[in-house]
Amino acid sequence: MLFDNYPTQQHFDEMFDEQGNCRSNYSELRKKLNKYSEKKLVQLQHSTDKAQKSMGMTFNVYHDNQGIEKILHLDLIPRIIKGSEWKAIDEGLQQRIEAINLFIDDIYNGQKILKDKIVPKEMILSSSDYLEPCVGLKPPKGIWCHITGSDIVRDAKGEFYVLEDNLRCPSGVSYMLENREIIKQAFPQLFASLGVRPVSGYAGSLLNMLQFMSDKENPTVAVLTPGIFNSAYFEHSYLAQQMGAELVTGQDLIVENKKVYMQTTKGLQQVDSIYRRIDDKFIDPLTFNPDSMLGVPGLFEAYKAGNVAIANAPGTGVADDKAVYTYVPDIIKYYLDQDPIIQNVPTYKCSQEDDLKYVIENIADLVVKETNAAGGYGMLIGPKATKEEHDKFKKLVKANPRNYIAQPTLSLSTVPTLTDEGFAPRHVDLRPYALYGESIEIIPGALTRVALVKDSLVVNSSQGGGSKDTWVLFD
Amino acid sequence: MLSRVADSLFWLGRYTERAENYARFIDVNFNLSLDLPPGIKEQWDPLIQATAGKEQFIELFGTETTRPDAIFFLAFDERNPNAVVNSIKYARENARIVRENIPRETWEVLNDLYYYVQRAQEKKIWEKEDPKGCFKHIKSQLQLLNGIANDNIPRTQGWYFSKLGQFLERADKTSRILDVKYHFLLPSVDDVGSPLDFLHWVALLKSVSGFNAYRRMYGKIKPVAIVDYLVLNRYFPRSIMFCLTNVEDCLHEISESKRGYSNAAEKAIGNLRADIEFADVNDIFKMGLHEYLDDLQTKLNDISNHIYDQYFKIQPNFAQQLQTQE
Repeated sequence: MLFDNYPTQQHFDEMFDEQGNCRSNYSELRKKLNKYSEKKLVQLQHSTDKAQKSMGMTFNVYHDNQGIEKILHLDLIPRIIKGSEWKAIDEGLQQRIEAINLFIDDIYNGQKILKDKIVPKEMILSSSDYLEPCVGLKPPKGIWCHITGSDIVRDAKGEFYVLEDNLRCPSGVSYMLENREIIKQAFPQLFASLGVRPVSGYAGSLLNMLQFMSDKENPTVAVLTPGIFNSAYFEHSYLAQQMGAELVTGQDLIVENKKVYMQTTKGLQQVDSIYRRIDDKFIDPLTFNPDSMLGVPGLFEAYKAGNVAIANAPGTGVADDKAVYTYVPDIIKYYLDQDPIIQNVPTYKCSQEDDLKYVIENIADLVVKETNAAGGYGMLIGPKATKEEHDKFKKLVKANPRNYIAQPTLSLSTVPTLTDEGFAPRHVDLRPYALYGESIEIIPGALTRVALVKDSLVVNSSQGGGSKDTWVLFD
Repeated sequence: MLSRVADSLFWLGRYTERAENYARFIDVNFNLSLDLPPGIKEQWDPLIQATAGKEQFIELFGTETTRPDAIFFLAFDERNPNAVVNSIKYARENARIVRENIPRETWEVLNDLYYYVQRAQEKKIWEKEDPKGCFKHIKSQLQLLNGIANDNIPRTQGWYFSKLGQFLERADKTSRILDVKYHFLLPSVDDVGSPLDFLHWVALLKSVSGFNAYRRMYGKIKPVAIVDYLVLNRYFPRSIMFCLTNVEDCLHEISESKRGYSNAAEKAIGNLRADIEFADVNDIFKMGLHEYLDDLQTKLNDISNHIYDQYFKIQPNFAQQLQTQE
């Protein structure tokens, strides 16, 4: 049998409990897999790889100035989530996003939470993501964070924790959608019998949200991309295609009289709502980084004048900082007077003296993260690092405590993954996608990222991570 | 439609057509070499000359033109901007830029073809004794692309921009295929009208998939009739006249104007199409076939430039960063 040598372990495995019994959400899949030979599985995996290559589901990695197109490996075995487990994630994320949105609005309009000393004023005002030009800004319908892709992990006891709130154009949603299309081909019968909730409504919901931002009858929507050399270009074009929206680069747009226009073969055509996949500081060289070649001069003025909607709103990044993250439970309490439904991973704030001391003394057991870095960079995994690396990070942290947080090493949950040695447990995280338009909608699916290297906890695509299709069951 | 998207669709049409024609060029010579009488050597030099690559070729390979060098240069040498491998790469890049505007199947076929050509390059297919199959596959995949487009793409602006690129490119390439004959060397003047001369003409017709239709319409193999067929004929889809008529139609569909002209591109194509429509084959020979084709190629370039000015040029909102295409 394919799973005979599958180890039971100290981690939470999504498919098998501690006694090695298959969990109920995986029993149908297991029955199916037991009918397959190893050869058949390798064949299925091979067609999966081939489908990805044909579709051009690539991301660019730059090395020596040479762009290389890479495929994000898609593992055959899905991550399956019970309906009851999903309910908590759904409600927890809604609560979190509602509170974070109120927080951002407050930071740029009044700063009540800073005056009440719930969140340290200095921490916010010194953040490079706090954007002075956004002070007093009232975005359309009061929404700042339209699109969120929070990272969620599961510890040894099976509890879910939010690891990061990604409010800055989180990528990966195209993989959620395309992975589903590919895995459907591999296990067509299972979808009906298991009751897997569809994710295909995402593009429609995204379009509705973007149109909802504008008060026009039939607003023109565009996706703003840095261009084909961006690592997520596939996703940008994919989303534009799925929505039937225009995919534009900065040079396609021009601002006249505080209105944004696309340059078309028939002259200028006004754009009403923009899903931008360009960082805050690059969207408008007149307001932000003057060296930006990616943005549109005058875009921010047009936005302030209310002539164009931008998702996510400029300035949103202030809440997407690992130092702010540590305060999200307080933020939820402050604005909603509720306890958080999904917890934060316990976090030490190096900016606080007690915590700093603890971090320096226990660095070998902790994961230390730069508050402002993404993609798994600027990070120390204490138990896996050398003495020299510990010392290096101690120095870094002491020199600039505000820039670091630390967390206990979480034993991320595992899912069986097809490796050269057959099925083996590999660590995963979970990135569900949320849209904030007329209401907050959590799409019943996610990108599950998997660390393909044995025992590795780093799931980032840039560092040897792959992905899995994620099935959320109706019940 | 975005100017940038229109630009990419235009070049998508041009590059796929260019790749197909280069595969056809190479086919001319394969066809020919199979029929050559003993003692007559294959000639690859005419292809290099007709595709305007002579100077670069000599620089890279010297004055002697061997078959592997010629095939490598025309198909797989990345230093040659017009090589098949580059045309496919650029076509794919343009398709990637406008993925949201084209059918999914178009992208997938082109993407697979890209990987196929990359593999052929790695396998050094030009050194193989019989690389014909590779070019046949390339040609058939490009024909498949045309088929998919034909049955799937709505006839709105985007369609006409890519057809515009395709027919402009085809007109240019048909003129070059015809020019290949000018560069083929016959052993002596007495061989004009000989079986060898005849073989050259037949190979030419086959390379544009036009042999059978020619037989039906014209009968005997005669240089005058072949020139009439490939330049002036209004029914054969690869003739210059046919291509130019389509270029003109596309431009009018795009501008939604009916008669006369509404911009410089339409004026230039109208003039050129009329010249050819009212020419007969004697006018061409009076000027000299090679000179006539040369002049035509220059005019096609001018039209392409007018199209750029009219539709693709955008106001730089700051420093230009667009790649330039040729």
